[in-house]
Amino acid sequence: MSNAYRTKNSTGLINKNKKINFSFNGHTYHGYEGDTLASALISNGIHLIGRSFKYHRPRGFLGVGVEEPNAMVQLHEGNKSEPNIMATEVELVEGLKAKSQNCWPSVQFDIGEVNNLLNRFFPAGFYYKTFMWPKSFWMKIYEPFIRKAAGMGVAPLQPDPDRYEHNYEHCDVLIVGSGPSGLASALAAAKNGARVILAEDKANFGGSLLTDEVTIGNMSGKEWANDTVAQLKSLPNVIMKKRSQVFGYYDHNMTVMIERVSDHQENPSKYTPRQRLHYIRAGEVIVSTGSIERPISFGNNDRPGILLASAAKEYMKVYETLVGKKPIIFTNNDTAYSTALEFLKNDIVPVILDTRNNSNGELVKEVKQKGINIRFNSGIADTKGHLKIKSAVIGELDKDKENFTSLESIDCDCICMSGGWTPTVHLSSQAGNKLKFNEEIDAFVPDKKRQRESAVGAANGSFTLNQSLAEGFQVGFDLSNKFTDNNIETNTPNSKEPKYEKHERLWCMPLPQGKKPKRFIDFQNDVAVSDVELAIREGFRSIEHVKRYTTLGMAGDQGKTSNLNGLQYVSNIEKKIVPEVGHTTFRPPYTPVTIGAIVGREVGNHYLPTRKSPIHNWHEENNAVFVAAGLWQRPRYYPKESENMNDAVNREAANVRKNVGICDVTTLGKIDIKGPDAPEFLNRVYTNAWLKLPVGKARYGVMLREDGMVFDDGTTSRLSENHFHMTTTTAQAANVLSHLEYYLQVVWPELDVNVLSTTEQWSGIAVAGPKSRELLSKLFPNIDLSNEGLPFMGLVDTNIDGIFTRIYRISFSGELAYEVNVESNFGLHMWKKIMDEGKAFNIEPYGTEALSTLRIEMGHVAGAELDGRAVPFDVGLNGMVSKKKDFIGKRSLSKEAFTSEDRQTIVGLVPLDKRTKIPEGSHIVENDKVASPVPKLGHVSSSCWSVEYNNPFSIAIIKDGKNKIGKNLFAVSPLKDISIPVEVVSSHYVDPDGERVRS
Amino acid sequence: MLEIKCPYCGKRSQNEFSYGGDATVKRPTLGEEISTEDWDNFVYFRDNPRGKHTELWHHVSGCRQWFKASRDTATHEIFDTCKMNEAFNE
Ligand SMILES: [Zn+2]
Repeated sequence: MSNAYRTKNSTGLINKNKKINFSFNGHTYHGYEGDTLASALISNGIHLIGRSFKYHRPRGFLGVGVEEPNAMVQLHEGNKSEPNIMATEVELVEGLKAKSQNCWPSVQFDIGEVNNLLNRFFPAGFYYKTFMWPKSFWMKIYEPFIRKAAGMGVAPLQPDPDRYEHNYEHCDVLIVGSGPSGLASALAAAKNGARVILAEDKANFGGSLLTDEVTIGNMSGKEWANDTVAQLKSLPNVIMKKRSQVFGYYDHNMTVMIERVSDHQENPSKYTPRQRLHYIRAGEVIVSTGSIERPISFGNNDRPGILLASAAKEYMKVYETLVGKKPIIFTNNDTAYSTALEFLKNDIVPVILDTRNNSNGELVKEVKQKGINIRFNSGIADTKGHLKIKSAVIGELDKDKENFTSLESIDCDCICMSGGWTPTVHLSSQAGNKLKFNEEIDAFVPDKKRQRESAVGAANGSFTLNQSLAEGFQVGFDLSNKFTDNNIETNTPNSKEPKYEKHERLWCMPLPQGKKPKRFIDFQNDVAVSDVELAIREGFRSIEHVKRYTTLGMAGDQGKTSNLNGLQYVSNIEKKIVPEVGHTTFRPPYTPVTIGAIVGREVGNHYLPTRKSPIHNWHEENNAVFVAAGLWQRPRYYPKESENMNDAVNREAANVRKNVGICDVTTLGKIDIKGPDAPEFLNRVYTNAWLKLPVGKARYGVMLREDGMVFDDGTTSRLSENHFHMTTTTAQAANVLSHLEYYLQVVWPELDVNVLSTTEQWSGIAVAGPKSRELLSKLFPNIDLSNEGLPFMGLVDTNIDGIFTRIYRISFSGELAYEVNVESNFGLHMWKKIMDEGKAFNIEPYGTEALSTLRIEMGHVAGAELDGRAVPFDVGLNGMVSKKKDFIGKRSLSKEAFTSEDRQTIVGLVPLDKRTKIPEGSHIVENDKVASPVPKLGHVSSSCWSVEYNNPFSIAIIKDGKNKIGKNLFAVSPLKDISIPVEVVSSHYVDPDGERVRS
Repeated sequence: MLEIKCPYCGKRSQNEFSYGGDATVKRPTLGEEISTEDWDNFVYFRDNPRGKHTELWHHVSGCRQWFKASRDTATHEIFDTCKMNEAFNE
């Protein structure tokens, strides 16, 4: 019968007027608006949700919110499919599809359950012990087996279709959790004028006020919560966030919160993100995260239908759902009696087992007054019921509570257990707070804070409403006073709540005589009491080691319900008090977070920003194939018709050698350098001399790091006495600017120099080839571009169509070449002008591949050679190093290792067959036939097809390179399984004397 | 993510900055004769203290100024920051 498990009264927060259909494991059910997937399933009598992690035992709900360790489901289908979702955290939405995970073929009948029968083979540390050897078994046998056996949900293979956003927030006071202490602090801080963010994980504000029968002022707890929420919402300095979990607390009060924006909406609008990740930098953080109930360990305490008493109460009071109709309440404290009273309101009489000898707490008295028999000094030894709890073996405990004196079996359909309460200290602990043990409540509470974080209410171990409200109002006011001068204090209202008596220190029931049922501590990781015993027997003493060996309190759950019971048990065995055992570290995230939310909008093309030259669209229109150069998109080559890359590159490069080519070099780094000390500064930065560079001239320069390695190279020109224009490689542009700023600001602040990036202000167009002069002369008839008029390394300013133009006579290709610079906005205009004029000279654009070919043939070094391991000597730049002056990195060059004759230096390589291209990265060896390890002489840094000689050519860096010229060696590439006989030649393969650039 | 107070711009998140290492290292004067050992100490060797550390940061995605910070390497607490030509207020 559908929805057979609903309460009599409709005083909760679900809307019975709105039916919602959903499916679970292929069956269709309905629930109501306001239900979670958990409450809707339970109201349909379904407790069996999945199989446990290790033993594949049938499992149901333990909790009602984030504390849930068992009830994880696979949600949705196809590309929206999502694994490992806590059913207690999923709001019901029309058409929702959920299914069990970690079971095959079905949750009712699961083959993996054989693990449970074989459980003596799956003790703590099983994986460590079993899968040790042989090593070769790992990849092929053990790993796939473990993956299959221990798998939880299944990650979808398709890209995530949903939209996620990131948001950055600042506030004075962030309050995490909207129970009584959270609402109180928010109200106090907000009324005092602080900028407040209040975050609540659930769909409703109020926390325990939604379930506890208390009075605040003249209102019920729930009414006071609603009233306070309304007040807060009306204040402009407050941001209220429901469905928002603060899951991480990082340095300097940076917290991260995940907001479920549209998961609960049936038809979210197209641009509504699914989830939003908020980075909140808070002045102060108030941790009012409340507490989580502790389970009790007893035989087979993990059957579906066994859950926390507080969860049972919340299902009744908030979700109008009965977890069962024949309940056993099993407790070591007073709070579970409120669950008993809630059952009584529904005319259900629970069996109550209390480990204590007696209690005269107010709720206990109330239950007694209703004539209910309470079995004190009693506990549960074992349970029965395969897919759902059917009965419990209960009994009276002996004087020391170490054995049962008698046992009997009673029928039940649910067990609501309570082992007291654990303050939720995860965020405080993440913030670096050194926790202390509070013996009054047998739990850790925040103590010495490292950051601006304050715990209040139950999270601080203050378990009464009175204390919670008082702390909340006080701390909210005190902290807000750091940010405002208003000094407006809000009075703490009077409150009434039942008086509780103390809990008993008993969280693990003795075993029934002669039997050894598993008594679980950590439900999510399938860790039982026997695993902890074994770990300690095997010598694991540190609690951190016990945690890792048994997996207690790890993974997504972070020990929410298991941590303290585990510690308690270790302390029992070790006969130490809990604080001596210590506690493990809580790590973010507090609850699992979708990868989509972490990634946000930075997916695909938005992973990094894209930089485009102003000429980009022209390249696109002209069939360019692009390549990423850092963030830049650069044309790699421009294929014509059926050309492949090699054909296109060879055509483009050959055309530069024969006619004229045009290349977009806008991406080169450009730095404007000004100031009276600019020449002196350049003289210190570069290895060569700069003081006497004439105005109107450019010079090639090499700069080193202090360790002597070549850092970057480029051409810098003197525009006027104290004004220089530096160019850098595309790759190092940003690093060079930081480097220059470092020396100017930190090392030599006395130098009067300013540097500024002008990379994006200038568009650069290289025009290269024997016909480049003729072409530009036609375009700029008013200037003298002859070898005398504009010699190599000269520059001239001119004007065309009213556009300021600077022409440098510099060359990377080794041909007669110019670089035309205009303001970026005119880059495309200038490019088109040169293309139009160039038609008569057979001009063709060339991309980065042809550019590489041209420089490799000429033996010009680039990034592949200047890889941070080369001193100038290694790459043929010794001539650039001044003997007379000091400069950055010079002292390193005289170190023994950097002057050694057998350093690896630059050479050229040509394959003996003149046909086989040498893969970049190949190793150079003297003899490829000897047994490994083969002594390595060096490696191939750059390869191309020489268009000048029509055969392959490579640059290599090899040991004692100069003396190897003329020798035959081998280039071997184990990756491609080839060995190529090569001849060593000069790296200056084409025009070794540099006549063309000066022609 | 740390929050760092640029002495020029004010408090900003760490992702706007790049780290520049020990701020107490002094580069040898240009042209000065220096032993290989002293030079190596300058180039390669840095202390790695647990606790207070005076270090350089560069507001690289901001005003592009280098400045000094006094930071606890264990707790990440930043005691103070100042311009290159200033001293900490501690
Ligand atoms: Zn700044």
